[in-house]
Amino acid sequence: MTRSEAPPRSPSADRPISIAILAMGGQGGGVLADWIVTMAEAQGFVAQSTSVPGVAQRTGATIYYVEMLADRGAGQPVLALMPTPGDVDVVIAAEFMEAGRAIQRGLVTPDRTTLIASTHRSYAVGEKEKPGDGIGDPGAVMEASGIAAGRIIAFDMEALAVKAGSVVSAALFGALAAAEVLPFPRDAFEAAIRAGGKGVEASLRAFADAYARARQHLPAPVTRTPPKTLPALPETLGHPELDRLVARIRGGFPAGAHALLMAGVRKLVDYQDLAYAGAYLDRMEDLLRRDAAAGGEARDFAFTREAAKYLAVALAYDDVIRVADLKTRGSRFARVRGEVGIRDGQLLYTTEFMHPRMEEVIGTLPAGIGRWFEARPAVTARLDRFVNRGRRVRTGTISWFLALYAVAGMKRMRLRTLRHEREMRHVAAWLDRAAAMLGRNYDLAVEVVACRRLVKGYSDTHARGEAKFDKVLSALPLLAHRGDGADWLRRLRQAALLDEEGVNLDGALKTVATLES
Amino acid sequence: MAERSFAREVEDLKLGEGETFRGEGILAITKALLQSGVGYVGGYQGAPISHLMDVLADAEDVLDELGVHFENSASEAAAAAMLSASVMYPIRGAVTFKATVGTNVASDALANLASGGVTGGALVIVGEDYGEGSSIMQERSHAFAMKSQIWLLDPRPNLESIVKAVEDGFGLSEASNTPVMLQVRIRTCHVHGRFVAKDNRRPSFTLREALENPRRDTNRIVLPPASFLHEKEKVEKRWPAAVEFIKSRKLNERFGPDQGEVGIILQGGMYNNAMRALQLLGLADVYGGTAVPLYVLNVAYPLIDDELAEFCAGKKSVLMVEEGQPEFIEQSLAHILRKRGIDTRIVGKDVLPMAGEYTTAVLLKGVREFVLAHAPRLLGNQSPLPDPSPVLDDPKVKALADVVPARPAGFCTGCPERPIFAAMKLVEKDLGPHHVAADIGCHLFSILPPFNIGATTMGYGLGPASASAFNVEAAKRPISIMGDGGFWHNGLSTSVGNAVYNKHDGVILIVDNHYSAATGGQDIPSSRAENGRRKTNNGIVDAVKGIGVKWVRQIDRTYDVGRMRDTLQEALTTAEKGPKVIVASSECMLNRQRRVKPLVAKAVKEGRRVVRERFGVDEDVCTGDHACIRLSGCPSLSVKHLDDPLRDDPVAAIDNSCVGCGNCGEVAEAAVLCPSFYRADVIVNPTGFDRILARVRDAVIGFLQRRRDARRIVFPA
Repeated sequence: MTRSEAPPRSPSADRPISIAILAMGGQGGGVLADWIVTMAEAQGFVAQSTSVPGVAQRTGATIYYVEMLADRGAGQPVLALMPTPGDVDVVIAAEFMEAGRAIQRGLVTPDRTTLIASTHRSYAVGEKEKPGDGIGDPGAVMEASGIAAGRIIAFDMEALAVKAGSVVSAALFGALAAAEVLPFPRDAFEAAIRAGGKGVEASLRAFADAYARARQHLPAPVTRTPPKTLPALPETLGHPELDRLVARIRGGFPAGAHALLMAGVRKLVDYQDLAYAGAYLDRMEDLLRRDAAAGGEARDFAFTREAAKYLAVALAYDDVIRVADLKTRGSRFARVRGEVGIRDGQLLYTTEFMHPRMEEVIGTLPAGIGRWFEARPAVTARLDRFVNRGRRVRTGTISWFLALYAVAGMKRMRLRTLRHEREMRHVAAWLDRAAAMLGRNYDLAVEVVACRRLVKGYSDTHARGEAKFDKVLSALPLLAHRGDGADWLRRLRQAALLDEEGVNLDGALKTVATLES
Repeated sequence: MAERSFAREVEDLKLGEGETFRGEGILAITKALLQSGVGYVGGYQGAPISHLMDVLADAEDVLDELGVHFENSASEAAAAAMLSASVMYPIRGAVTFKATVGTNVASDALANLASGGVTGGALVIVGEDYGEGSSIMQERSHAFAMKSQIWLLDPRPNLESIVKAVEDGFGLSEASNTPVMLQVRIRTCHVHGRFVAKDNRRPSFTLREALENPRRDTNRIVLPPASFLHEKEKVEKRWPAAVEFIKSRKLNERFGPDQGEVGIILQGGMYNNAMRALQLLGLADVYGGTAVPLYVLNVAYPLIDDELAEFCAGKKSVLMVEEGQPEFIEQSLAHILRKRGIDTRIVGKDVLPMAGEYTTAVLLKGVREFVLAHAPRLLGNQSPLPDPSPVLDDPKVKALADVVPARPAGFCTGCPERPIFAAMKLVEKDLGPHHVAADIGCHLFSILPPFNIGATTMGYGLGPASASAFNVEAAKRPISIMGDGGFWHNGLSTSVGNAVYNKHDGVILIVDNHYSAATGGQDIPSSRAENGRRKTNNGIVDAVKGIGVKWVRQIDRTYDVGRMRDTLQEALTTAEKGPKVIVASSECMLNRQRRVKPLVAKAVKEGRRVVRERFGVDEDVCTGDHACIRLSGCPSLSVKHLDDPLRDDPVAAIDNSCVGCGNCGEVAEAAVLCPSFYRADVIVNPTGFDRILARVRDAVIGFLQRRRDARRIVFPA
């Protein structure tokens, strides 16, 4: 046994500075920790960093921890290997939900902690795999930060870093410098980046931008979803027939529905033509009459507003003509160039991944012929063998472009196709069902309209959507008489969007079945 | 070639006497081996000790110069068996692997080694994968040390202490003719710190000398009657020798006052966090001063009874800080004190949790409880302790539980294993769910969303073996999965050979990504890269056929989801009996990017024609169902909300991290999802012919587009 030889002395009150970095694999959390250690050592501090990389390197969430203490010659300090909840000076979160995780772990406390977080989101698989909208609310993290953190420096450091050609770690380092929580001057930070030796210029740019941005103390509001664009009704669109449609909206509908109706008209003119958009307004006028008759005015015509949205979406169903049209547009070519970041002298070709089946072919045929094929499954099956396969469509080549261009040109025949007939039948049944409910249970009628959200996608996805739609509405007889019927239908719809197989929906339906009448 | 280059760190291995080494714990151990005159090093990669293997692989010239033999062992068993070079010859050898999984695999060799004993120092460095960040079952290496009587070092987690432990370990091993295990925890392996280096030492006795002057002694071989003698020798000679060495070299340490009402006995590895707990309680300072006497077990096994007795004598009570369970040390301590009639009260797992990592927060709570109960006066005027509970109890903070998503590790962007599991999902839709026996490796991420495939894991290379009971008549066949790493580790014989011999009728899917990818991209026998030091390019298919499999399919591009699906379907439905082996091969994308990126950059710079691929989503075409994500989970395939008031659900979106692997498009095509995906081929430095062709195409396509646009009714922006 050795004995520590140091003479008895009164305990030192020195405390190390502690920094926890929460990041995901690939975000440069290790680089950031290395910079902090390098800087601290260069500034005469003893610094220690630890991490638990392991499999977390593979995209998982992980934590790096740094402690540092001025080297006063008082001996080698004993530094901890992990953060103690309630005892952390700086928490750096490389993504906004990771800031939430730090708070949950108790690492952020108002008496001690400066929280430096990038407000950008990198969605977890659990969020993005939902058939509906499974994105978590960053507002909750912002609210919790207000409770937990002594100080908050939060803005989108990812976007800033990318703009500077760097990664988020450099921007976080800049925000750390600007926070002035470490006893080092700015040039010490920059020296650490230079000492790292990799991507130095870009890192320094991101560092400087983040430093400047952090010192402006600007609020950085976070929202789960960006606001929807709902412009007011325009005076004129510079096209007499369009203006006629606008005039119909202005003159015939309550103001609250104007923006959505305008969006609907835009979508349908683009989808088909002016007449089609006109027919949409015809239907809407009819729905508005029924809405008004059911006392809709008192409810701000909620039914009409909801119908304006979902009818437009339903009328602009996704078919092969639409896909071919969208894929061959000049504007689309330009957009892809922008997204991919084509530079001068470079060429771009896109390959589309399509898988047409005989169903899609039949749907695009005139209704009578389509039915003829459907009545002959053997013929259809034989043809399907030639049709049903993955096609790599090279849209930038003349032959493929011509093929798609021709399909897009079939727009003129669209309203006579079997698919159109089917879609319109579905729309009619849906709207009749919703409107019929108006007199009995207004709120429920509005929710019936909104259930159309479940019908989306192509092929099997579309079929599954329709099946869920039917399943959700199968609860209507149980709900029609209930004051809270609308709430229950909304819950059913939400449940239907939680998983692909409809497990949650089945559970919710069972609950509805047990409701006391 | 590992995914990380240690070229810079190799320079640190050359540091000489008096120079300061700054860096990671695991690299400090590597340097310590060279300073100790080690003659050979082997091991099997795995967190947290992969870097030890990787840096040595990059340091072959340093090793050659010193005359040190380094080997990437085929498994931990191979590594442990390598230590037999130290049985008869005075050569120091070290092997490393992760614990306890590595120790499990190595235990046959370790037990034999420990029975016969060693002449040269034999060091087993185990990376203790326990607590946060661990990827394995939570067990203790301590049990292995005890059962085979291998001494266990658990040094304080600072670089100086662990470097000293390496040197002491060799000495202890030689003094007691016993192999020594050096345990380092995850964070200690990755701790950044410093120590003062010494010169590297050449081995005093070389492998070559041994080969040219062979020695043998049947008494060292585990066969009766020697094996009975070994056991006696262990307790009668080697143990006392070890105790004497540990005592005389003062391997265990005492801190704080000589006397005290209470004291704390702790494993070396617990020291730093325990000190922080004491500091927060006002009982210690950051420079190691402590008001409570501490006895630090840098040697966790064997215990030095006299030292423990002396430490406890005169104290009212002691706290035993021992991470992990069962509490072997605490039990021994009770035994030692009882035998000697010392009635010091032992406190341990009653104030500290029986299971789980001893974080500073856990230690703070336990130590406080101990001191409050047994020496409350020590605490004096208690300063407030760090306490996050007011924050955590706030409803706004509690609300985070519904918002903050779980973020487990998963397949990387562009991972070639993703399409394999996408194909399995498609097969599941056609043929229903199957029993899937999983294995160890990156492919085990299949058990998580979005794939949710895989029922059990039984160990490295044991996937197919773990399905062996399911060899009965049934309407469905079992599927088992194994990586190329597991295959060479022991899967070839234990899993495939076993299936052939027992006429197993299941499907064996071997995921071949050309590396031991999960542990950092080390080469393995079937790696496709040329490796000057190793023999690579040994085909898995050849090996499988060689062992007797008749039905073998090789898929050399896993991204071909349709083919993957059809092959799986064939394997599950074919009338042919016996194991159906599918070898699904594509290079690990992480390593591929590391390999290819510089080549592409160079080609672009030199003006050569390069086609860059990435994927995109046409947001007007996407309907926001996310079926593609449920068949992918790729980090670069995410979602985004649109400002279109008619759209509720976010649409799929691909960010700039896309590496153009093709999975999205293949899946959309094979699963008949939707036509939203496109692949963008960017031709950098196009040839003259490219440019002419593009001009012609643009002219025709542009004409048609303008023609149709002219008829389109356009809304003003």
